[in-house]
Amino acid sequence: MADLADLTIAQAGAGLRAGDFTSVDLLDAVTQRASATEAHLHAYLTLDHEGARAAALAADAAFSKAQDKGPLQGIPIALKDNMCTMGIETTASSKILAGWIPPYDATVVARLKEAGAVITGKTNLDEFAMGSSTENSAYGTTRNPWNTDKVPGGSSGGSAAVAAAGSAFGSFGSDTGGSIRQPAALTGLVGMKPTYGIVSRYGLIAFASSLDQIGPFSRTVEDSVSLLEAVSGFDPHDATSINARVPNFGGSLNKGVAGMKIGVVTELMGEGIDSQVIAATRAMADKLQGAGAEIVEVSLPSTEFALSAYYLIAPAECSSNLARFDGVRYGHRSDIEGTTEEMMAKSRAEGFGPEVVRRILLGTYALSAGYYDAFYGQAQKVRTLVRNEFSSAYEEVDALISPTTPTTAFDIGERSADPIAMYYSDLCTIPSNLAGDPAISVPVGLDDSGMPIGFQVMAPALGEEVMYRVAAEVERLADFTERAGLATSEVVLP
Amino acid sequence: MTDWEAVIGIETHVELSTKSKMFCSCPADVEGVPNTKCCPVCLALPGALPVPNEKAIEGIVKIGLALDSTINASSLFYRKNYFYPDLPKNYQISQYTFPVCEHGKLEVDVNGTPKTIGITRVHMEEDTGKSTHVGDGDGRIHAADYTLLDFNRAGVPLVEVVTEPDIRSSEEARAYGAELQRIVLALGVSDAKLEAGSMRFDVNVSVRPVGREEFGTRTETKNVNSLRSMQRTIDFEIDRQIKVLEAGGTIHQETRHWNEDTGVTTSMRTKEESEDYRYFQDPDLLPLEVTDEWQDEIRETIPELPAIRRARYVAAGTDAVTAGVLVDAEGLGVLFDEAVATGASGRSVGIWLTGEVVAYSRRNEVQVSETPLTAAHLVELTAMVDDGMLSSSAAKDVLVAVLDGEGTPGEIAETKDLIQVSDTGAIEEAIESVVSENMDAVEKIRSGDMKPFGFLVGQVMRQMGGKADPKVVQQVLRDRVSR
Repeated sequence: MADLADLTIAQAGAGLRAGDFTSVDLLDAVTQRASATEAHLHAYLTLDHEGARAAALAADAAFSKAQDKGPLQGIPIALKDNMCTMGIETTASSKILAGWIPPYDATVVARLKEAGAVITGKTNLDEFAMGSSTENSAYGTTRNPWNTDKVPGGSSGGSAAVAAAGSAFGSFGSDTGGSIRQPAALTGLVGMKPTYGIVSRYGLIAFASSLDQIGPFSRTVEDSVSLLEAVSGFDPHDATSINARVPNFGGSLNKGVAGMKIGVVTELMGEGIDSQVIAATRAMADKLQGAGAEIVEVSLPSTEFALSAYYLIAPAECSSNLARFDGVRYGHRSDIEGTTEEMMAKSRAEGFGPEVVRRILLGTYALSAGYYDAFYGQAQKVRTLVRNEFSSAYEEVDALISPTTPTTAFDIGERSADPIAMYYSDLCTIPSNLAGDPAISVPVGLDDSGMPIGFQVMAPALGEEVMYRVAAEVERLADFTERAGLATSEVVLP
Repeated sequence: MTDWEAVIGIETHVELSTKSKMFCSCPADVEGVPNTKCCPVCLALPGALPVPNEKAIEGIVKIGLALDSTINASSLFYRKNYFYPDLPKNYQISQYTFPVCEHGKLEVDVNGTPKTIGITRVHMEEDTGKSTHVGDGDGRIHAADYTLLDFNRAGVPLVEVVTEPDIRSSEEARAYGAELQRIVLALGVSDAKLEAGSMRFDVNVSVRPVGREEFGTRTETKNVNSLRSMQRTIDFEIDRQIKVLEAGGTIHQETRHWNEDTGVTTSMRTKEESEDYRYFQDPDLLPLEVTDEWQDEIRETIPELPAIRRARYVAAGTDAVTAGVLVDAEGLGVLFDEAVATGASGRSVGIWLTGEVVAYSRRNEVQVSETPLTAAHLVELTAMVDDGMLSSSAAKDVLVAVLDGEGTPGEIAETKDLIQVSDTGAIEEAIESVVSENMDAVEKIRSGDMKPFGFLVGQVMRQMGGKADPKVVQQVLRDRVSR
């Protein structure tokens, strides 16, 4: 039998129900994989051995009593370290939260536990989810399992790396401007950002509240559906949560795309996009046409301004969201002698990394009296424009497609000194966040250097079923079976 | 000499007495051991999110309706960003454009003259925690050794009522503050305790020469916590500003602090030092929708407001001052309404309640509602007086005894032997005896000198042991001497 750690969630679930192996066996397999790869990847920040083992034993007990809570029962899953886990250190990869242990579970975490999932641990991210390479973590850089000289993308780079390496069967990240889809594209995974409001943000450490959404990483589209179904649905603790019935996300996975009208976004197929990425995207568009879809060009001119608008809106919100980290109630407190005000200022200066400081300053400036209209106000107008353009596009087409990222994974250190170059990594993913619409990245091939290429499918708000229908067809047509060739060596896990 | 006119606007903060806080389910009752009424939301733990309290929205809509405001069908929550240790998120959720209520008005009575004060807006926000600065700093943060923080109050729903600059004197300001407090109490949405800070005022004051259109530069004095202090603050500010201007100086736009002990305001910070709050719409909260149906439901629950009650009492026979006391003093209105409903005279009941009953309550430091006095007692007492069974002085003694719990007015009058004799037979007997003993006085009266008449009345009353109805005595005696 192949290594259990390489199974999909659907395969692992079938094996559990057939009695071929236990949840503890699955946990042992991913733990073994983690101990072999972590020295090279540094994807996990915390492994909850005890909690995971207890959950795996509980799942096995449930199976033995024929109790079945659904596809995630007994499946080891990892969480980005910006989701609160009761009793387990949660840092958002920031020094300012070093040692902070939440007294409550995020809604997503509570729902995973209810679904019988086994939570392996917490994964690395760019500090407070600000970045596109996981190099901005205060606890070290995560590396790409396909090539450890390269970044895994970000900000959910740790969650991508563990799912790609087989150190978990799937994982959750958060996507504010592409932080799930971009690392999924760079690590050959399926990564999905849901409609804003479908998954509760309660317990997700906020970066930019109007854009943040939690979503899953998986090896298949089918697994993505299982993961999303487990965590989505109305939550009374999140006022922006959509109070509507959860759609049947996976209801059309096998319907194919015949008769669908799908738009290629013109503005995301030209300047700034790597030619191999464009070629792979075109090739897949042609295959979709071959499968019976009508492919049309759709121009969304406002996407040109989306990146600029995003880099005003997100920092503005973060400047306010991160104000609570002041050393008064929790987290890092500076031991300087001085006034309360000085203590608060110094705690923040010592606790935040440079990218976080940059964005707080940018956002504070964008909201300041005299600048608000020119910056934040203007950015909100662009956001409305983007949203309107997308909704009119969806009157014409069922779904939109584009590359997920302008390039495949870049080298560690390549863009870390140039914030603007780094910001361009999110060029294709940001528009869906501004619009609040669902979008997914599916791997469609490798470039010349052997790094995965992601293909993005976007759909209108609450259009997850349509999005997954197209994504499933892309997955079949791409027949992407390559796995990361892992560098391994035994290490003692934290 | 220039004649000056003051221009005053008032911002009032009212803590709502809802069961739970504005954005979480912690109890909104701030008493108790510090930091025991908190949760991830009101402590601003990472990841926690606010969810609006529907009861608080009902509370603010009630206030808005009572102040004749427009209720916005959709209003927005904003973040007011500033760093302070007792503000857990380091921003306050408040409102900016599109508050819940706008364009209201309140008519107040200023020493008998009606005055209408415009209400600019009524908006919803959350309270901060409480800082206690310990050390030599006299309670001020700057010289404190350390600061203790209590977050029990953090997140308690707070309503801010903002007036137009329509107020022209400290008397008007006081009348406004008092009427607003009455309304809030009548609505039952807050305990509105000024001394406890559950209702507090920020006062904006400027002066201008009489006849000038444009406003002078204003100052804002924050957290004034009694009606008397508000009046003193305003008088001090008006006086100070006029003196500065007449001496050729200028008024700076600034925030000032009222010191109760010294009776002066001092500068806290100038406009240049003031914070830029970087207001922006809170992305954690959707627009707050108040549908017409919900508004109507809330309107149904609004009780009779003080102004309407006062008018009703006047119509029932009381004078304006009595009506005011009946509305303001706790427990009187209920007794009045019940007594009048069972047929007692509004005028008499009003006088007894606002006179002897209020005096008793003050003297003995008890609430009227804590005494055994019932509306039935009042009905009985006023009937006995009207029927001539009790003299007004005896009635006073009876009422005190009722308040002391000695029984009903009838029982007490009986026991204390205070019932007046109106039986003319007994009175005539006494008069005969007095007349026969004082014929010289009778003669004087008959010759037109009325002086001894009062003396004779007194003699008759003495013989009757004080229990005769003086009116009857006078009448019968007059008939007797003129024969």
